[in-house]
This record gives sequence, structure tokens and C-alpha cells, in this order.
Amino acid sequence: MMEFMTLKRWIVLPVLLLVLFIINLSLGSVIIPFRDILTILWGKIGANPVWFDIVWDFRMTKALTCVLAGAALSIGGLLMQTLFRNALAGPDVLGLSSGASLAVSLIFMGSASGLQILSSPSPWTTVVAASIGCVCVFLIVQAISHRLNDNTSLLIIGLMIGATTSSLVSVLQFLSKAEDQQSFLIWTFGSLGGLNWVEIKVLALTLLLGAVLSFVLTKPLNVWFLGENYSRSMGVNTRRSRFLIILSASLLTGAVTAFCGPIAFVGLAVPHLTKLMINTNNHRILIPGVMITGASLMLFCDIVAHLPGSSYVLPINAITALIGAPVVISIIIRSKRIAV
Amino acid sequence: MTTPTSTLLSTRKLSVGYGNHILLEELDLTMEGGKLICFMGPNGSGKSTLIRTLAGLHEPIKGQIMRIPGRDLHLQLAVVLTDRIASMNISVQELIAFGRYPYLNWNVNLNEEDRAIIGRSIELVHLNHLIHKRLHELSDGQLQMVMIARALAQDTPLILMDEPTAHLDLNNRLEMMNVLHNLTRSMNKAILVATHELDLALQTADEIWLAGNSRKIIRGIPEDLVLKGVFDDIFQFKGFDLKTGKVHHEISRQATIHLLGNSHEFLWTKNALERSGFSVTDKNASHSVAVVNENSDNTWILDNDLQFTSISDLLNHLNQAGK
Repeated sequence: MMEFMTLKRWIVLPVLLLVLFIINLSLGSVIIPFRDILTILWGKIGANPVWFDIVWDFRMTKALTCVLAGAALSIGGLLMQTLFRNALAGPDVLGLSSGASLAVSLIFMGSASGLQILSSPSPWTTVVAASIGCVCVFLIVQAISHRLNDNTSLLIIGLMIGATTSSLVSVLQFLSKAEDQQSFLIWTFGSLGGLNWVEIKVLALTLLLGAVLSFVLTKPLNVWFLGENYSRSMGVNTRRSRFLIILSASLLTGAVTAFCGPIAFVGLAVPHLTKLMINTNNHRILIPGVMITGASLMLFCDIVAHLPGSSYVLPINAITALIGAPVVISIIIRSKRIAV
Repeated sequence: MTTPTSTLLSTRKLSVGYGNHILLEELDLTMEGGKLICFMGPNGSGKSTLIRTLAGLHEPIKGQIMRIPGRDLHLQLAVVLTDRIASMNISVQELIAFGRYPYLNWNVNLNEEDRAIIGRSIELVHLNHLIHKRLHELSDGQLQMVMIARALAQDTPLILMDEPTAHLDLNNRLEMMNVLHNLTRSMNKAILVATHELDLALQTADEIWLAGNSRKIIRGIPEDLVLKGVFDDIFQFKGFDLKTGKVHHEISRQATIHLLGNSHEFLWTKNALERSGFSVTDKNASHSVAVVNENSDNTWILDNDLQFTSISDLLNHLNQAGK
């Protein structure tokens, strides 16, 4: 019976993902009939050649970005929740996204404070900058945690570091010119469109790397909740695993933050949504599970952000938080039942 | 058939503790296959620290620990700890399967042999009816049994347990110690159990390690240690005589009682009378009580005259008469 239920979910989730993907492709400021969408997806030019370009160069890249970013952030969130054995941990809770913001803001607005890092940001520099920002924050968190050895303190320290980097960003904003500020501000709203195929390949590669790394870490992740002593007694090298978990999460979060801005809540909410559907602690199942759920949620958020029927597009962060916040609230209310 | 005793772990001049704070020192200990060792001592005497140190989870302050050479630590030694478990949303079966993790690669696929060993461990602690339950549905005692089953599934020659019987009821405690005792015999394992259950330890342990206040561990078989009085030195029993296994009661009454009867009835009646402050003597007593057992009904006869159907009635009468 349980096997059957799990099997059913494994069919439902990918189908849901596919349906959302196609709906996402068919929505936008230009109304393209659904039948033409399918024709274009089939590789044919269809009724209007412009529609072909719209679908492939704008909507397809955006939908793929949704899938990649959703999957990456969700793995990042899952890794952090497992690592800290805390249901409310997430990449942004630890200040990783803030670190990325600071690094990216240095690139966008650094010139104002006399720090000319790069004149024209390319996808590679933003990826590297954001990842370095993430890793730096985490190394600081790690260095402090090494002395404390207490997860709650570590979370609080993560929040404090987040606050510190945010205030540094504020200082940069205060010093910089309005147009530099605006490009940074728009970046913080989060954006899933605007990635070209090269950037998507970079993002996909990072996701692949992070996902494979996480998958290889299944064993330590599974026993992590038993605590350091038990894990070590079962042959898990906790020190190395901790490092790799952090590395993987930083890579995933850093890449998404660089390309799409600091997208909130997805990393926090998706692992819980997934565990409500697939009740397991086995990360070999959870990792693909959160990837599909995260991708679906991101596509859904993007559909909502497009306000179907209008030409307005809301910032993606407004929508993820709108959907994420009720999830987090329900988690706190139900926390007696929900596990990390 | 007897297997030759083999030393699985030994220490030389081992000191354990935290930082500059030494809890136990100059320890020369050995653990041999086929022996159940109970590790006793008051709270804070360093039992958990020594267990973690022997398990390689904590650095020793000084000295050496010799284990089986050329074999991964997690293949020679399994632990049951008192550490809090962060997540209870996992099934009993999954948790016990973790015991096989040292044998698996990153892909964590269980083979037939792994499944057989997991099944046997579940069998040993009688958890078959619970395997699909989640940890949060279990009682503390059941959870403890699950953690023990996990350690058994690790299938190591050495098992170190920190108070595994703490949350178990009397029946399960006894059962657990018997299971462990049998494991040492049937599989030639060496098992170390830190426990506060003195009576259980005295009856099942092949050897007792006793940590006291002097940073040393006294070793020996239970009976020798009892007769040497080392338990009394360390635990400083108040009103309990270990050699007779009795709690000492103050005699607070003038009346003395001459008690007649058979084994069980006699013992429990004596117990009740002494607890109530009467002294039970053989001769020159001010009262006599005879316990008569007929058709499995007990009757207590006071001074060859009054009959009572329970000890409680007898005591009530004696209390009335005493006023």
C-alpha cells in the first residue's frame, strides 16, 4: 500500500511539473494560441514566425530558469535543514544570500565607493562573485560555529551576519549613484527572465554539480539527524561531510542568486512541502523530490507573477514570499508533527 | 564448544576527561570476546566520557587504546548513546537499517545479507510489531530498544552501551540484559553496558567496572566485589545492606513477633512487619504470627487466636493494639 502511494506520487509530481511547464510557456504578454505553442515546441515554425522566437528565446529560457532555480534553491534548503537539524533553516536564513548580495552589489555599485572591480559584469563574474559571497559568509559562520558547537547559536550568528552584510549593502547604496542603485535594486527583486542560453547552461551545470554532490552525500545526510557521535560511529566522516554539504549548498544558492537575484522562501518552503507529500528521511528520494517540487513551485510562482491576462509582471520575490509565508506559518503551527 | 577468549580492546594508562579536567586516569582495561561487562558508578564519575573515548568519539587525555589492528573502527565497534535524536519522523525499520551503513557505499543499497542481519536484529529485541511505526509513535523504552537493535545490526564484535536500560520497564530491562548476555555467549561479542541497575548488573555481568570518586576503576566479578564491600564504599548505601540484599529498617516498636510459615509467605510477611517497625525474632516474642496456606488461600493467625486474610488486616490490628 505504502509502495503504491509512493509510486503514485512519483507519477503525479513529474506530470505536474510538465503541465506547469507548458502552462508557463503559453502565458505572456503576447497571446499565442495553445495549439501553436505545441506546434512550436514540436520544432515547427507554425502560423507566425515571431511566435517561434518568442517561445524559444524568451519563454523557454524563462521556464527553464524557473526549473533550474527552483530545483537548486530547494536542494540548498534541504541541505541546510538537514545540516542544522532545524526546520526553519534555509540558504537565506544563514545569510548566504546576503553574502551573495554584498558581493554582487560590490560589482554593481563598487565604483561609487572607489572599488572598481569590473566595468562590465558578465555571467561568469556574477556567478563567481555571488558564490564567493556565499562561501565567505559560510566560512565566517563555520569559523564561529567551530568554537560554539551549538546549532541554535549558529543560526543566530547566520542571521547576524545576514544583518551585517545587509547594512554594508545599505552603505554602498547610500554612496552610489541612482542608476547603479536601480540596477542593484531590480536585481534584489529577483528575476527569472533575461537569461540567455549561455547563462542557462552555466546555471544548469552548477545545478548538476550541486545535485550530484548532494546525491553522493546521501549517506551522511541520512544519518545526520542522529547527531555527530552516532554518525561518526557509523563511519561517516562528519567533518568532511559538513564541508561538502556547505560547499554544495553555497554553490547552488550562489549560482541562483547571481543569475536571478536573492529569491526568498523557496529553499525554505519546498523541503517541507516535499516531505508532506513524500514522508521519508531518505535523501536519495528527497533530493529528486525537492528538485521536482521546487521546479514546479517556481513555475507556478512565475505564472502567478505574470498576472495572467495582463501585461504586468510582478517581481518574483513578492510572489515566492506570498506563497512561502503561509507555508512557513503552517510549519510552525504543525511543527510537532513535521520533522527536519 | 568454547571459543578461546580474545582481547578485542585494551587500554594502557588511559586518562579521560575534558580539557584539563580529568575524570578517570591510569586505566588499564581489557574487553574480551564472550564477556558482558557492566560499568557502574555514581552520576558524573565519567562513565559516558570513557565510553565515548573507547568508541573513538572523544580524544583521550593520555595513554593508549589498543583495538583490533587493520580493521575500520566502525566495523569493530557499535554504540548506544544517550544523545538526543533530532528527528523522530523516521520509521523503526529505516533507523535499524542505519546499522548497515558502515558496509554500504554512497548509494546506500541494502543487499540480501544486510536485510537478513537487520531482520535478525529486529528479532532479537522483539520489535517485529513496531517496524513500520515512526519514532515519535514509540515510548521511550521502545525507542531505546530500537537504538539497541541498530547497534546489533552493525554486527560488530564490540558493543558499547551508555545506559541502554534507562527507560525500560523491569521486564524489558531483564530481557535486555539476558539478550546481551546471550549475545556474548552465542556470537562471542564483548559488550560493555553502563548502568545504574545494581541488582541487574550483579546477576548478569561477567565482570563489573566500578568508577568511584578516586578517578580509578575497580574491576572484578560481581560476587567478589560485593564481598569486598567496594559497592558500599562507592555508593554509600543508606539503610541498604548489599550482602543480604535487604533494606535496613529501624525497630520502632516495643512489640516483638515470632513468625512461623513457609518460604514466600514468610518472607513477604517478615518484610511488611519489619517495614512497620516490628522486630521479627525467634523466641521470647510478645506475639506470634503463623502463616497458614490452605488451597492457595493464605491466612495469618495472631497469637493462635485471631485470623486475618491479608497482611494489611494483620498490620491494622497490630497498629490498633499498639496504641
